[in-house]
Amino acid sequence: MTYFADVAALARKDLRLELRARDTLPAMLLFVVSTLVVFHFALPADAGELAAQGLLWLALVFTALLGLARAWAPERESGALDGLVLAPCDRSAIWLGKALATFVFLGVISAVALPAFAVFFAPVSWETVAGVALANAGICAVGTLLAAMAAASRTRELVLPLLFLPLAIPLVVGGVGASISDDPGRFLAFLGLYDGVFALLCWASFEYVVSE
Amino acid sequence: MPLGPRGELFRAVPESGLVVIRARALERRFGRKRALRPVDLAVERGQFAVVTGPNGSGKTTLLRLVGGLLAPTRGELEVDVDRGRLGFVGHEALVYRDLTALENLDLYGRLYRVPERRERIGRLLERFDLWDARHERAGTFSRGMLQRLALCRGLLHEPDLLVLDEPFTALDADGAALLDRQLAELAGAVTVLLSTHDPVRVERLATTRLVLG
Repeated sequence: MTYFADVAALARKDLRLELRARDTLPAMLLFVVSTLVVFHFALPADAGELAAQGLLWLALVFTALLGLARAWAPERESGALDGLVLAPCDRSAIWLGKALATFVFLGVISAVALPAFAVFFAPVSWETVAGVALANAGICAVGTLLAAMAAASRTRELVLPLLFLPLAIPLVVGGVGASISDDPGRFLAFLGLYDGVFALLCWASFEYVVSE
Repeated sequence: MPLGPRGELFRAVPESGLVVIRARALERRFGRKRALRPVDLAVERGQFAVVTGPNGSGKTTLLRLVGGLLAPTRGELEVDVDRGRLGFVGHEALVYRDLTALENLDLYGRLYRVPERRERIGRLLERFDLWDARHERAGTFSRGMLQRLALCRGLLHEPDLLVLDEPFTALDADGAALLDRQLAELAGAVTVLLSTHDPVRVERLATTRLVLG
């Protein structure tokens, strides 16, 4: 149980940091709403709902990328990651705590983005909501690990999108499929499988990202 | 025993089971740059080891290797202390700038599973004269206050091995005197590995000296 106590302490720390500094979440909210507004005017009137669904997923993925780029900023600014690495907690708990906090942020973003999408484009189905929730979990699992890798690089702003976007393609495929397909269960299962496999890989490999 | 101009060693490496830190031909490179020349080192339990040397001689690198924050490029390093029993105070405070002093120490206290955490944190904050600033964010602290907070963090879990990288840096006279007293209390009870540019300050406590060149 100490493992989950560590995870809870680390996730609570990230939520507290964001509530206090308000560095990331307001920017992400503004970005996702602005993007949907831009898409609303950019999309031809007769483009149809299918194209709009694709744009929703683009907006969500790029908003997540914005948040992930800042995910490890508090640790980078003060060397606090060394402090966490020195602590006797399992190093995967550092990843899991960060991923859970990021999941909460993406949940807030989705809670704003989906109603905004409904206002600008089309009603949101339960399949889309389920797809977004599953995709958010995958984004957090993979993105948190890749952001930690990128944080060690001087060119982290360039490295993170290059690493993250290829791995986000299956999430976009699954998410769009769940939103528009006649058989959304297949795509939701695919997203669940992606989440499970990548969460396990990231959980197991984080130790090697933060140690030499 | 003092040592070679290259800092290879200053004392024979004993083979006793009391050795907490043992390094043999320990070397670290960053790319092609050699940050630490091959060094041998043995520090026994309860010893107070002082590492000196000019800028760029590898003091910080050696301490980060011992702390487990770096891996050796060559050579061997054994540190016979559990990760949770090691206290590390480096050049940076390793605290979150947007958390208060109290919140930072509480986080580390939880991760290190410090018993009677709140009491221990309170005692340390009082001892290092940070009690009145306990609800202030670390990011608003002066460099000296940050160093005091870093010392609180390093001592919070009552470590068996304390690694201190130039701990007197940025401390004012009162802070330095406070650290002198703290180190005097710890000497003998805790194994200490300390780097400094002012070896005279810790001369009376030092039982082992290593000069890196």
